[in-house]
Amino acid sequence: MSQTRRQMLIDPLVDNNPITLQVLGICSALAVTSSLQVAFVISLAVTFVTAFSSMFISMLRNHIPGSIRIIVQMVIIASLVILVDQVLKAYAYEISKTLSVFVGLIITNCIVMGRAEAFAMKNPPVASFIDGIGNGLGYGLILMLVGFFRELFGAGSLFGITIFETVNNGGWYVPNGMLLLPPSAFFIIGLIIWAFRAWKPAQVEEREYKIQTVESH
Amino acid sequence: MSDATPQPKGPLGRFLALPTDSVPKTVFVAVMLCLVASMFVSAAAVALRPLQEVNKLIDKQVNILQVAGMYEPGVDVVEAFGVFEPQVLEIATGTFTDQFDAASFDDRAAASDPALSVALDNDPAGIGRQAKFVTVYLLRDDAGGIDKVIMPIHGYGLWSTLYGFIALEENGNDIFGLQFYQHGETPGLGAEIDNPRWKALWPGKRVADDNGELQIHVAKAPNASGADYHIDALAGATLTSVGVNNLVQFWLGETGYASFLANLKSGDIS
Repeated sequence: MSQTRRQMLIDPLVDNNPITLQVLGICSALAVTSSLQVAFVISLAVTFVTAFSSMFISMLRNHIPGSIRIIVQMVIIASLVILVDQVLKAYAYEISKTLSVFVGLIITNCIVMGRAEAFAMKNPPVASFIDGIGNGLGYGLILMLVGFFRELFGAGSLFGITIFETVNNGGWYVPNGMLLLPPSAFFIIGLIIWAFRAWKPAQVEEREYKIQTVESH
Repeated sequence: MSDATPQPKGPLGRFLALPTDSVPKTVFVAVMLCLVASMFVSAAAVALRPLQEVNKLIDKQVNILQVAGMYEPGVDVVEAFGVFEPQVLEIATGTFTDQFDAASFDDRAAASDPALSVALDNDPAGIGRQAKFVTVYLLRDDAGGIDKVIMPIHGYGLWSTLYGFIALEENGNDIFGLQFYQHGETPGLGAEIDNPRWKALWPGKRVADDNGELQIHVAKAPNASGADYHIDALAGATLTSVGVNNLVQFWLGETGYASFLANLKSGDIS
């Protein structure tokens, strides 16, 4: 094992972040970041699902037939997601109402499948578990960043606590309504990717094409 | 880890040592996985069901308490809700019925049950089918007379069906409050129907004028009936406001609770 466990946990936060470098899991990053509380809960849920699905898949990896391996992974992931959904409904009903279908949609989060297929199928359970935690945290970090900007400038609050008193409530801040709509997350994620790549130029992808210089005739 | 066991022992050991991609092993893994996963999931669902049911009920009761202006954070919901008297109302006659148990009657299920609902031709609220029976909640004063009535309302806004409650005073004409507990309107625009400042516009408004004509309206500016019957529409949420206007008029008018409200006014119901 070339990577230490510490590295496996820290790497996905910035250097190998699933959202900014691998550009996976964008769909849910758009949908659930309009408030920090929701982003926080979904980050926890994804971390839990990624960690345990990676661990279980890794435990079974030598017995999973290649022909049905994706289905086996999906069954394990889906079971864990249903478990998370049921627990949220029982212990955090208000939040599960806000999240509605997005808990179920963790199944389709490319990060979970991506780690199962790319890492857990080839590595032992403990390493896969730590890798899952690391990637879940990397995903959560970006979600919290996006959620921070969207909630602060879109609703004038953080975690539901008013920071800027909005005009609707008799204050001074005119909220930017666009930030509450999903497309705004595209802009924010784009800016975060730009910031990350300006900070760590190694993340910049090579061009797939080269701009030719036009020769004058 | 088949390579770690060069000499498999027993039938199970020999079976597990089969090549992973062989057909029997593939079927075995698929069946076992499905069995284990389904047991796991159903155990979780069954074990957590009672807690979830309680949560749903409490959520509804919190909303009824809120619309009646009796909710404070931290209050014991079940105890506070005990003062309400649920009754199943037959919409057409405006009288209570004993056909159903009010505590367990399911409004949503009734609205989609062909035997308990009617398909609507004239459907301004956009609900498709209307139940013949709904659960209303009565709040009594110390003398035992009706103090407030809380009635369920629902209808289509811009993106979604809005579900809520409206509370009226005992005269069946003065609004005490309105609250939606479930909707999917645009955050910051239509979802401002949850804004306490907008909800505060409702108390004190009147439903019908002295001639019994339904006058309540949600609009940008009051119409000829005057400000007593007018609720300011939400800025930037025209279609949601139109939806709220339609559903309130639908439910408080002839198509909805008109006969019940008439019975309240005349004192036929107590």
